[in-house]
Amino acid sequence: MILPVRKFDSLVIGAGGGGLRAALQLAHADANVAVVSKVFPTRSHTVAAQGGVNAALANVLPDNWHWHMYDTIKGSDYLADQDAVEYMCRAASHLVYELEHAGVPFSRLDNGKIYQRAFGGQSQDFGGAQAARTCAAADRTGHAILHSLYQQNIAAKTHFFDEYYAIDLINDDEGNILGALVLEIETGEPLVIEAKTTLLATGGVGRIFRTNTNAQINTGDGMGMALRAGIPLQDMEFFQFHPTGIAGKGMLITEGVRGEGGYLVNNDGERFMERYAPNARDLASRDVVSRAIYMEVKEGRGCGPNKDYVLLKLDHLGADVIKQRLPGIRDTSITFMNVDPIEESIPIYPTAHYTMGGIPTNRFGQVVVPVKHSAEEAIPGLYAVGECACVSVHGANRLGGNSLLDIIVFGRSAGNHIVEFLKSNRHHRPMNWDSVEQAMQRLRRWDDTSDGESVTQIRIDLQKEMESHCGVFRTEEILKDGIEKIRAIKARMVNARLTDHSNVFNTARIEALELENLVEIALATIHSAYARQESRGAHSRVDFPVRDDKNWMKHSLFFMQDEQLDYKPVRTKPLTVDTFPPKERVY
Amino acid sequence: MKFSIYRYNPETDEKPYRQEYDVEVSAGMMVLGALMKIKEQDPSLSFRHSCGEGVCGSDGMNMNGTNGLSCVTAVSSLKGPVTINPLPGMPVVRDLVVDLSQFYEQYRAVKPYLMGHEPEPEIERLQSPAEREKLDGLYECVLCACCSTACPSFWWNPEKFRGPAALLQAARFINDSRDSATAERLSELEGPYKLFRCHSIMNCTNVCPKGLNPSKAIGDIKKKMLKHVI
Repeated sequence: MILPVRKFDSLVIGAGGGGLRAALQLAHADANVAVVSKVFPTRSHTVAAQGGVNAALANVLPDNWHWHMYDTIKGSDYLADQDAVEYMCRAASHLVYELEHAGVPFSRLDNGKIYQRAFGGQSQDFGGAQAARTCAAADRTGHAILHSLYQQNIAAKTHFFDEYYAIDLINDDEGNILGALVLEIETGEPLVIEAKTTLLATGGVGRIFRTNTNAQINTGDGMGMALRAGIPLQDMEFFQFHPTGIAGKGMLITEGVRGEGGYLVNNDGERFMERYAPNARDLASRDVVSRAIYMEVKEGRGCGPNKDYVLLKLDHLGADVIKQRLPGIRDTSITFMNVDPIEESIPIYPTAHYTMGGIPTNRFGQVVVPVKHSAEEAIPGLYAVGECACVSVHGANRLGGNSLLDIIVFGRSAGNHIVEFLKSNRHHRPMNWDSVEQAMQRLRRWDDTSDGESVTQIRIDLQKEMESHCGVFRTEEILKDGIEKIRAIKARMVNARLTDHSNVFNTARIEALELENLVEIALATIHSAYARQESRGAHSRVDFPVRDDKNWMKHSLFFMQDEQLDYKPVRTKPLTVDTFPPKERVY
Repeated sequence: MKFSIYRYNPETDEKPYRQEYDVEVSAGMMVLGALMKIKEQDPSLSFRHSCGEGVCGSDGMNMNGTNGLSCVTAVSSLKGPVTINPLPGMPVVRDLVVDLSQFYEQYRAVKPYLMGHEPEPEIERLQSPAEREKLDGLYECVLCACCSTACPSFWWNPEKFRGPAALLQAARFINDSRDSATAERLSELEGPYKLFRCHSIMNCTNVCPKGLNPSKAIGDIKKKMLKHVI
């Protein structure tokens, strides 16, 4: 079979904020860049980010990047790499100004500057009073940023492959990445995209859980591609459960509600966060608030007929603040719960939200893997940024407002590094058709027309097992059982079949390919969780309730082949300032 | 509840047909939820969807004769049997999936990006809350195409008339105090088609799932255009 081939300097897979920010940097440097996305770019999940992007602009309260750095490292429960965190927090202000120049319609203060709100885990002066660091466009900041970045890419004449699904990376025998095999969804035709560099910016994988805030598309396609290429996934046991999802449904209600002065109450009307985090209360880190809600419900203080949720109260903020600062979540609450937060409190419960782990990279976005004696050897030509990557700036728990920052900072930095790489790698390497053929086999496997099990049922079962075995609180027994359950699901995949083998816009085929990714990543997640015998950030082990810096201040690396786990040290040395040594984490 | 859905796969079907499905509707179910139930029974049904909460704009379709996003349209708000069609006036790729190339083409044609002639300051450009408020009702568009594909003028002249969604974007930049290309933008919209094919039928405003008002935005551009020409 002769496959069509397109050649570019640089390939970007994923058109959310990370991919688009990188593409923009490349286009401005006159690199020939192709962006492949399985959805039209403005449908990418960055669009759903609500609360804002962190930068120490000090527009509302005193602030500086060093305080931001401290908060991020403390929030990460000391698992973040401090060089990457310093890099991110130092770059933040400049890059937010750049977004403003690019047209992002930020909300404004009376003096005309960008509006900033308080968010969880933020402090002044290294743990002092609450800071206001989150730059917001009402509660639609992700939408505002994603649309502006797409618009800037239109102006820069970036080449888009909209509604193309990436199947697998193509590599040669020396391990160089040569591009990817992609599938045009509209026609069902495969296409080889050759590129000197490939950037994965495919987002997170909230879809391994039943109740989540994530879009249907968040199936970890880039992480799956990495695993199949022999690249490990880092720190996958750290999955963020957002405290305030709509109860029973999962839609996100921004932390900005609490930043604007909203708070949580239990069935007794008690403002219970005062017991769990006496200083920060409702603006403690997300892992802390999620566990508190879970405990309230578990101990019988939940609300409603089944006592299975708590309430987010914000009616006291007044109609004006809600309409001006939180219009989006008001719509969501009315649409899905028939609750107008101007009048009533919103029923909420923690819901799967953000993948802290991902493809291991350094602060230039280069994918790094252990080779012999080096823990971090760059794979030539391969980059990853955003939620699919693990730099790691979020460590064991991400702070709200740091994910939009992550994609902007590292999208740009990867773009810059790629420009340098292209200068010293002027020609495409020879194509490796064996690798293409291997990727094609993954696609052809679904052409088998014999009888088998439905893809949908396997996905539903996977999400259920992950929710019951890898949730907010974990134990050895439950995780061990969970590994067996997920392995059994993986075994069922061999007999999974499509009933529809047509080519034109066959979404059933895409869902099957996505499920292959979900299963592998679920296995990576639960394995990493089982192995880590401590509690840190979002990973709470009932049987190991304390953080163990002596044995566990290290990153996990899970390899798909033989389900192997490896570890590498945390980078505790920042670029210019002193290390923040681990200490007890209280809010 | 009964659903009657437009079906067409160009590989196997000579012409489109309707297929009936029975769905057990649960409390609070959205049309998207019903479609996903149907897809569990019949995986061959194709439709776009992603965020499930009305912000990504993937799942624009025509439900009982009105365009909207299936993920924020409650089944209980519709009379059964529910008739579901692809967005009107666009070429159908398959089932409920339409080809939106023309729609995106018109979006790109209004140069939907900030154009400034002033050097960029080292911090943010200042914008007063009152100036910023002028963007409310314009910037929130999710490009779902519900408005443009409900517009008879767009059905007739999709290659010449920009359509309500693209014109809403034009208004978003014309109204932005940071944009200095207003004259250029207005000149670009001159002539009988690009802007003036709008006859204020208001279908766009009636169907917008985000509650935006393209009709008013277009009216405002027309007013500015008059001043601009004079």
